[in-house]
Amino acid sequence: MRQGKLGRDVGARRALLRSLVTNLFLYNRIETTEAKAKAMRPVAERLITKAKKGNLHNTRLAAAYLTSPEALKKLFEEIGPKFVERPGGYTRIMKTGMRRGDAAPMAIIELVGFEPVAVKEDKKVKKAAPKKAVEKKAEPKVKSPLKKAEAPKKTMIKKAGTKVPAAKKAPVSGEK
Amino acid sequence: MANPKQRFGKSRTRKRRANWKAEAPTLVECPKCKAMKLPHSVCGECGFYDGREVIAVSEKE
Repeated sequence: MRQGKLGRDVGARRALLRSLVTNLFLYNRIETTEAKAKAMRPVAERLITKAKKGNLHNTRLAAAYLTSPEALKKLFEEIGPKFVERPGGYTRIMKTGMRRGDAAPMAIIELVGFEPVAVKEDKKVKKAAPKKAVEKKAEPKVKSPLKKAEAPKKTMIKKAGTKVPAAKKAPVSGEK
Repeated sequence: MANPKQRFGKSRTRKRRANWKAEAPTLVECPKCKAMKLPHSVCGECGFYDGREVIAVSEKE
């Protein structure tokens, strides 16, 4: 039975639930308000039950609901097979107290037996990471001589220890 | 035209508000870290619930 209307009309509510369920399948665990967690639970569980059977018709029904192809793939290839033996109750909701700001009761909903997928915070972080990798490859050729020159002046045993690996890396990348 | 100065007197207002009372929340002791927490919820201090479920036990940075 539907828990509530979540203060939305049909369209907005359906869109919200689709989004929540899709993200649950993608990340295995999501934190949301208690009301939303409870509202999405039956929706998610029915989709998982469909995934356990895994026939073409069920796949299409799920595809029509989920907002991402990756979630669909994961649902039928990972989540469904794992729950074949479990007669329902695939999700767990745990209350986590009130949200700062509006005191909304929050909860974590997760797929039972799945580890939460680690989430990278920002796209900026993802973009920054490859750039650093590029810089590291480029830097040693130019800057490593300077570091070598600086190292003896500042020489402390500890600092020397930390700079030795940097010096070792430089020739390696230089050889490549 | 004659009009009433106010709808409710101080007395009536205060009598109504006399029944606004804050209630202390029900709390239970976390079985793991002994901090007080809301019943049936994950402990905010240690991140445990039902004997496991570590949930972001973040120390202050």
